[in-house]
Amino acid sequence: MNDLTPTREQRSAALEGMGCKRKRVEDIRFTQGKGNYVDDVKLPGMLHGDFVRSPHPHARVKKIDDSEALKVPGVLAVITAETLKTVNLAWMPTLAGDVQMVLADGKVLFQNQEVAFVVATDRYAADDGINKVIVEYEPLPPLVDPFKSMDADAPVLREDLVGKTTGAHGPRKHHNHIFEWTVGDKELTDAAFKKAEVTIKEMISYHRTHPSPLETCQCVCSFDKIKGELTIYGTFQAPHVIRTVVSLIAKLPEQKIHVIAPDIGGGFGNKVGAYPGYICAAVASIVTGKPVKWVEDRIENLTATSFARDYHMTTEIAATKDGKVTGLRVHVLADHGAFDACADPSKWPAGFFNIVTGSYDFPTAHLAVDGVYTNKAPGGVAYRCSFRVTEAAYCIERAMDILAQKLNMDPAELRLKNFIKPEQFPYHSALGWEYDSGDYHTAMRKMMETTGYAALRKEQAEKRAAFKRGETREIMGLGVSFFTEIVGAGPSKNCDILGIAMFDSCEIRMHPTGAGIARMGTKSQGQGHETTWAQIIATEIGIPADNIMVEEGNTDTAPYGLGTYGSRSTPVAGAAIAMAARKIKAKAQMIAAYKLEVHEDDLEFDIDGFRVKGLPEKFMSMKDICWAAYNSVPPGMEPGLEAVSYYDPPNMTYPFGAYLCVMDIDVDTGVYKVRRFYALDDCGTRINPMIIEGQVHGGLTEAFAIAMGQEIRYDEVGNVVTGSFMDFFMPTAVETPHWETDFTVTPSPHHPIGAKGVGESPNVGGVPAFSNAVNDAFSFLGATHIQMPHDYWRNWKAAKDLGAVA
Amino acid sequence: MIPGSFSYHRPASVADAVKLLSDLGDDARPLAGGHSLVPMMKLRLATPAHLVDLHGIATLKGIRRDGSNLVIGAMTTQHELLASDDIAQSMPILHEAALLIADPQVRYRGTIGGNVANGDPGNDMPALMMTAGATYRLEGAGGARDVAAADFYQGAYFTALEPGEILTAVSIPVPAAGHGYAYEKLKRKVGDYATAAAAVVLTMSGGKVATCSIGLTNVHETPLLATDAAKAVIGTSLDAATLKKAAAAAEAIMAPAADARGPVEYRKHVGGIMVTRALQRAAAKAK
Ligand SMILES: Cc1cc2nc3c(=O)[nH]c(=O)nc-3n(C[C@H](O)[C@H](O)[C@H](O)COP(=O)(O)OP(=O)(O)OC[C@H]3O[C@@H](n4cnc5c(N)ncnc54)[C@H](O)[C@@H]3O)c2cc1C
Repeated sequence: MNDLTPTREQRSAALEGMGCKRKRVEDIRFTQGKGNYVDDVKLPGMLHGDFVRSPHPHARVKKIDDSEALKVPGVLAVITAETLKTVNLAWMPTLAGDVQMVLADGKVLFQNQEVAFVVATDRYAADDGINKVIVEYEPLPPLVDPFKSMDADAPVLREDLVGKTTGAHGPRKHHNHIFEWTVGDKELTDAAFKKAEVTIKEMISYHRTHPSPLETCQCVCSFDKIKGELTIYGTFQAPHVIRTVVSLIAKLPEQKIHVIAPDIGGGFGNKVGAYPGYICAAVASIVTGKPVKWVEDRIENLTATSFARDYHMTTEIAATKDGKVTGLRVHVLADHGAFDACADPSKWPAGFFNIVTGSYDFPTAHLAVDGVYTNKAPGGVAYRCSFRVTEAAYCIERAMDILAQKLNMDPAELRLKNFIKPEQFPYHSALGWEYDSGDYHTAMRKMMETTGYAALRKEQAEKRAAFKRGETREIMGLGVSFFTEIVGAGPSKNCDILGIAMFDSCEIRMHPTGAGIARMGTKSQGQGHETTWAQIIATEIGIPADNIMVEEGNTDTAPYGLGTYGSRSTPVAGAAIAMAARKIKAKAQMIAAYKLEVHEDDLEFDIDGFRVKGLPEKFMSMKDICWAAYNSVPPGMEPGLEAVSYYDPPNMTYPFGAYLCVMDIDVDTGVYKVRRFYALDDCGTRINPMIIEGQVHGGLTEAFAIAMGQEIRYDEVGNVVTGSFMDFFMPTAVETPHWETDFTVTPSPHHPIGAKGVGESPNVGGVPAFSNAVNDAFSFLGATHIQMPHDYWRNWKAAKDLGAVA
Repeated sequence: MIPGSFSYHRPASVADAVKLLSDLGDDARPLAGGHSLVPMMKLRLATPAHLVDLHGIATLKGIRRDGSNLVIGAMTTQHELLASDDIAQSMPILHEAALLIADPQVRYRGTIGGNVANGDPGNDMPALMMTAGATYRLEGAGGARDVAAADFYQGAYFTALEPGEILTAVSIPVPAAGHGYAYEKLKRKVGDYATAAAAVVLTMSGGKVATCSIGLTNVHETPLLATDAAKAVIGTSLDAATLKKAAAAAEAIMAPAADARGPVEYRKHVGGIMVTRALQRAAAKAK
């Protein structure tokens, strides 16, 4: 050792492993405009497809006349349901066990539904062609309000289901009913309500919104007639699932399907499922023998591609006078639109909504969810949340505030009183989950201390008095939210998609020079996997993160995985990465023992290599071990240094957090200002604090958008009126509040590195914080629950309804 | 979201542009910044067969003084309005309002001529031009004429422009030194048109309003001049009762459509508030 010998700290820092604020390696290409997205894919002879869409929300399709369209220069084909029937693809299965029209088959069921697919030599010609396809419709009465779906005289939407009394999830009660899903002990819960000292009941709606990634859904399909192979470039969050689905529905051998998801510009759940555009582009390529590109525009994405939420949750809490919760009863009316195109694990028609007991120790609970059809676009997908978790978090967090108001208790105090205690973990919830770990009290108290919660409440009391005296027209709200998420789908015992267990995978191949490539079944859409996955490997095996190339998205090279959504990548693939790295390390240890001429057990891992215990100078670096793996392995051992791991998680992970929103609202205009937003997240072990912060910022911005105005709205006759970013609220940097982030660390006990996942927490926890702030602001004027979204005019309307404006 | 096909023309003079427009007839449209026209074409709500791009006409650009008038060429961009010191000093309300139009990208291309000629009640410049007493110079095959901004707007997207005419310049009398001004615009976010907006230009004398004019944006199918509201404040010190009266007089002429910005009642209500706030701020600025 001499002065130039790096210290342990220096060696460790050189790895840029877990805990390091490593800069995002993918940003080098993104910030220079050198990303490679689907629309950048240009194949020789490529054609373009575009849709004729329905102007009607509900109508019979009498006739489709394509003769004029086919005369447009450049238009080569017009595909309709009749064309698709010849290859048995007029309908496709959804991930939720329903079927969905690819192109209108006899009827249209929502405005902007796909009716015909025009294929042309360029996009302009395709659009000209669309305008020349003449479709004759016979309008039918539209069904817009989900509360009227199961009326006796409600129109029959799904003629394909007439007479079917059972669906994928059990009995159907009505021709517009999809499923009923119940969880929990009804008798016990009803009994708790009977003897409750205090109860609250409120219909809490979580309006229909949309993930709206900046890059819309798109694909290029290229069928090679000679080889019989189909290559699909697409915006896929789950490329392997797409490959299997295509194989099953198009009856193509799976080895002849190549799915490639290049760089993706945001997904947020929008890019999990399969859409008519993919099927039509594939069929068009098979028919024409040319590659076919389909790129959705913004209007199409917002109005036809899967929406999110649209849950109407009648929520009741039973409690004692002093604020101890004794029971929870929730009934959800779920509006799925024309087809149930949820992207949930197969056995979970309402996702993991049964996390609705939240962070609280409810002795009993009962939940029933009814899914119904309406004449709206199909869905709903998990918009930056694990399946229906954000609806559940909103439901319970709003309801806890309503209870606090009824009890005249501070909402933070009520929460502290009912939290699951640290010693209760692993905790079995009344609705069936086993929470892995948590320390809610510490997180909540840290939030309250850091934000000066007590002082803020005092200021609020003063402002309220001033408002009542007529000295100000501004009201102040404090939105407390304490969420528990359930992510990391998931254990094969309860999670699958179309029969495929929801494991994930990693393959690591080390090269002789101490570098390597790692491939996963996940697919980043902006999460920064190329950065963080390499950090896990760096710490696990002692090779600098910079020496590890991460590759995702090519189904020919990546091991099978279920993709990236539901905050599952770190809990599932992150574990697979650690496990694969440990296999590498185990073999490396055998090689090192052989080279250092000691027994394996005499070695200990020391940051970036193995050292002989008690003999510090006898050391072999991982870099040297990689070299040795290719020339001098112990006799009987196979050369090389590679490993694959498929990880089936034993349990979900349960990230949590404490958020506070401080908001001021001008009652005369309804204009609000988010004065302060504090987000404390506990996602267990933190792989890259900078990426976590980025994820939290992004998720909070989306939560802000949703709570304060982002909505897919239909008028009474079924026209969708929020078809562009003019009306669909997409905040810019100007509207976005400043975010303060903080953390505690409660590792997951069952995860190899203790990590829980964070990408979706801020959306899940953020929405109730904003909504609670608005509701809290108005509560002293007599409001108990004001529905989202809280845009300016609705805030004004709330003030007006409460008599605060003339 | 793909426009239909069209032919593109780029004349070098107003005379050529006018000739092209009259030769090509109804199927031709002038193209300025394209930030209103091109989106309509992408939605195929507008399907002109010919676009006559005015960017090649050098005389349509620039800001100059003509006596006590500020004359702005039609093809002057909103960004150029913001960059002008003369405007910032002598006509600061124009600077303030231009800053409230969308974002820098839109302002780099959007022109004052396109903004006022379009006839979109959501555009901010028309009500401002009415408030400031501007006139528009229109040139067509039959020669040139001047039309007051106040007489120009006839309905949503209907204006006094005759087929084949182009608007070449706007001429704005420079307001009196020491005038007070404010453009109050309520919008949902950057890039949104006004839920309601009010322009106020006034002068004060001895603590009382001496002259006042008030314009309203996006609360009717045309921009409005709120004459009664302006009358109501003359001679007052803008006490609470007067402000209320002015707001009520302004609301009385509003007839906004219900849209995602809010129901009619809300848009009128906040229209009144914009008037109140603009009056207060303008008065505070007046010397
Ligand atoms: C996202 C976005 C947000 C916007 N927000 C606002 C806003 O808040 N406030 C606002 O005021 N504007 C807003 N605009 C509109 C913007 O200011 C436009 O640029 C402007 O309205 C039109 O100017 P233009 O030069 O782009 O005209 P163009 O789009 O080229 O033309 C508009 C119309 O006027 C005609 N025309 C153009 N010039 C002339 C002329 N010299 N003589 C006769 N006819 C002519 C054209 O034929 C066309 O019919 C927004 C635009 C966008 C894209």
